[in-house]
Amino acid sequence: MRFVDEFRDADKAHALAAKIAALCEPGRQYKLMEVCGGHTHTIYKHGLEDYLPESITLVHGPGCPVCVIPMGRVDDAIHLASQPDVIMTSFGDMMRVPGSGGSFFDANAEGTNIRMVYSPLDSLKIARQNPDKQVVFMAIGFETTAPSTAMTMLRAAAAGIENFSVFCNHVTIIPAIKAILDSPDLRLDGFIGPGHVSTVIGCRPYEFIARDYGKPVVVAGFEPLDILQSIYMLMVQLSQRRSEVENQYSRVVPWNGNPVALKAIGETMELRPYFEWRGLGFISHSALQVREKYAAMDAERLFQVPGVRVADPKACQCGEVLKGVLKPWECKVFGTACTPETPIGTCMVSPEGACAAYYNFGRMNRNRVAEAEVARS
Amino acid sequence: MTVDHDHQPGWIGEALAQAEQAEHDQLEAEGRTRLPLADREQQVLDRIDRARRRRPKVREERITMSHGSGGKATHTLIEAIFLDAFRNPLLEPLEDAAQLRVHDARVALTTDSYVVSPLFFPGGDIGDLAVNGTVNDLSVSGATPLYLSAGFILEEGFPVADLQRIVASMRAAAAAAGVHVVTGDTKVVQKGKADGCYINTAGVGVIDRDVDLGVARAQPGDAIIVSGPIGDHGITIMLARGELDIEADICSDTAPLNGLVAGLLDAVPGVRAMRDATRGGVATILNEIAKAAEVGVLVSEDQIPVRAEVRGASELLGIDPMYVACEGRLVAVVPGDAADQAVAALRAHPLGEHAAVIGHVRPEQPGIVQLKTAFGGTRIVDLLVGDPLPRIC
Repeated sequence: MRFVDEFRDADKAHALAAKIAALCEPGRQYKLMEVCGGHTHTIYKHGLEDYLPESITLVHGPGCPVCVIPMGRVDDAIHLASQPDVIMTSFGDMMRVPGSGGSFFDANAEGTNIRMVYSPLDSLKIARQNPDKQVVFMAIGFETTAPSTAMTMLRAAAAGIENFSVFCNHVTIIPAIKAILDSPDLRLDGFIGPGHVSTVIGCRPYEFIARDYGKPVVVAGFEPLDILQSIYMLMVQLSQRRSEVENQYSRVVPWNGNPVALKAIGETMELRPYFEWRGLGFISHSALQVREKYAAMDAERLFQVPGVRVADPKACQCGEVLKGVLKPWECKVFGTACTPETPIGTCMVSPEGACAAYYNFGRMNRNRVAEAEVARS
Repeated sequence: MTVDHDHQPGWIGEALAQAEQAEHDQLEAEGRTRLPLADREQQVLDRIDRARRRRPKVREERITMSHGSGGKATHTLIEAIFLDAFRNPLLEPLEDAAQLRVHDARVALTTDSYVVSPLFFPGGDIGDLAVNGTVNDLSVSGATPLYLSAGFILEEGFPVADLQRIVASMRAAAAAAGVHVVTGDTKVVQKGKADGCYINTAGVGVIDRDVDLGVARAQPGDAIIVSGPIGDHGITIMLARGELDIEADICSDTAPLNGLVAGLLDAVPGVRAMRDATRGGVATILNEIAKAAEVGVLVSEDQIPVRAEVRGASELLGIDPMYVACEGRLVAVVPGDAADQAVAALRAHPLGEHAAVIGHVRPEQPGIVQLKTAFGGTRIVDLLVGDPLPRIC
C-alpha cells in the first residue's frame, strides 16, 4: 500500500539499525523518551525494539491523552452524562477509562447515553437530530485534538446550535515535558518529539529543551521507519555532543506549526490556572478551558460539576509509568489486578498507553524468543 | 473543589485483594515460595501467565457492549456464566458446533443470532448472513449441513417489503448451500424494543466423514492456513454505517463454506481443526488454538492476505485487520507436511483462491500468539479487549 509500505521497509530498518548500533559509545547507556503515546503504540505494534541495541532504552512518556485524565474527571463526566436530557459524545478511547464507579460503558449499562464519535463535528449532527437534548462533547487530548474541538465550537456558533456544549479536558504538552525534565528521579538523554502535536504547535516550543536542558529533540513521524530514523538522528546529535531541535517529520510538521489551528484554539479556549494530571499531579497552566465569550458552550458553566478529586489507588503506579521512571511491568499490579480487560490505571486502557501497549504486544521474554529463533534456524 | 483522599473505589480494592489471594493460593498449591528471581521481568511475565490461567470472573454488575465483541469479555462471560451453568462434555470444547451421537449417526448442532446493523450492506444482508453463518459453523466442524431453523424477532413498524427481501436472500443462500429451513418462529416486539429485525438460526448437520476436528488437537509443526483475504465483512459493515464518510470498493465476504471445506477434507484427511473467522477475527481463533492446545503460535504479518482497501480503512481507523470479522473465511490447522496440499485444495475452490499459509504451531511460549511484523519485529497478538475502538490521534 502506497505511503505506508515504504515507511515499513525491513531492509531499510536493518540498515538504520546498523548505523544506530555503530553510534553507541561502549559502556554508555542511552535513555530516550518518546513523548507521544502514538509513538509508543507504533514501537510495540511493529516490534521496533528488536532493532535496538541493548544500550538504548526507550522510555515511554506522558503523551497519551487518555492516560493523563484523572479518575475524578471521569466521574465528573459521568455525572454530567447522568443529568436529565443529556447525550454525551466521546472518542472511543475514553469509553473504557475507569472512574471510581466504572467506565462510560458501565455508565451506559446503568442508563446514561454516551455515544462514541469519530470527530467532534459528529456531535453537532447529533445535536441537530435531538433538539430537545443537550449534547455534551467530552473533549480530551493535547494540541492535536484541541483544534477540532475549537472548530466544532466555531461551527456551532456560526450555525446557531444552542444545545451543544463542551466538557473541556484539553491539555498542553509543554508543561508536561517540563515537569518531567524537572523531576529529580529521571535521567534522559534525548526526546523523540511528538508528531501530531507539532503539526499544530510547530517545533519552536521545544527549543528550551535543547537550550536550557541540553537535551536533543527530534520531532518524529508515526511509521516505524520514522521513529528509527529519529533515534538515529538523536544518536548522531549525542555522538557530536550537540543538542538541537530537529524535524524528522517535515513532510507533515511545519517549523512554525499551523497558524489557523492555533488561532481557532486561541479564539475559543484559554489556559487554566492549573489542572490535575493523572500521576503527575497538579501542573499550572497545563490545560485549556472554554473562554468566557463561549460560556454558553461550556458544560462546566452550564452544569454543576462536582469536581471531586479521587486519589489514585495506592497500588497503581501510573504516575511513575507516565514519567518513565518505571517500565510498565515494574508496576506492582501490572498484568495481575490491572489488565486491559479490567484496567485499574489509565495506562492500561488506551492502545497508546504504555502498559496496554506492553501487555498487548510486547509481553514476552526477549531472551527466550531469541533462543527459540536460534533453535529453529 | 473538594479533595477526597480516603475515597478508595470499592471495585479496585476488591480486584487487588482477589489478585493477591489467587496469587497466594497458586503459589501454595504449587509448593513454591515467593523467591526473588534474577530476571524480574520474567518473574512478572510468569505471574501474568498464571493470572491469565485463573478461572474467569465477570466483574461488571451489568452487561456492557464489550461482552458482545467476541473478545476477552465475551470469553469471560461464556466461561463464567454459561459454561459454568450448563457444563457438560459436549459443551466444554466450545467449538463452533457441538458434536453428538444420535444412535449410530454423528450429528453437529449449532445456533447463532444475527443483529447486524445496517440490515442491508454491500455484498449481502442479514438474511444470507444468518444462513451462511450457521452453515459455516456446521461446515468447519466437519459436518455436512442439512437443516436450519429460523427465528425472527421483528420490531413493530418494520417494513414488510424489507422482510420479504431478507427472506428471499435467505432462500437463495439456503439453496446455494444445499440446506433447507424446516422450522421457524416469529415474535413481534413494540417499537423501540428491537432494531428492526433480529434473526436466530440453528442448524443440524451430519458428520459422515471419519474426522475428529478440534482446536485442542493442534500440534507443534502444524501449519496454519487462512482461506482468503481477511476483514472484508467487518470493514464493509463499519463503512456501511455511514458514520465515517469513507467510501471504498469492498463488500462483505459472506458465503457458505461447505463446498470449500469438503474440498479440503477430501484432499487432506488429517486436518486437525477449522474455525470460521467471524467476530473477533483471525486473531481470536489463533488465541483459541494456542490456549486450547497449550501450544505457541507464530504467524507472519506479510503472509496474511488482506485487501488493500481493508488495510487502508484499518490504518485510517487505527484498527487491526486481524481482529476484524469475516463471514466467509476459515482458518485451518493442518499437519506441516500437508500444508501445500491443503493450500492447493483450497485454491481449487472459488472461495479459496487466495488461501495462504500464515504461520505455524510451535512448542515455545504455550498459550501465546506471536506475530512477526512486516517491519521485521515481533509482537504478541492477544485476545481483543472490547470493541475495536479507533485511536484518536
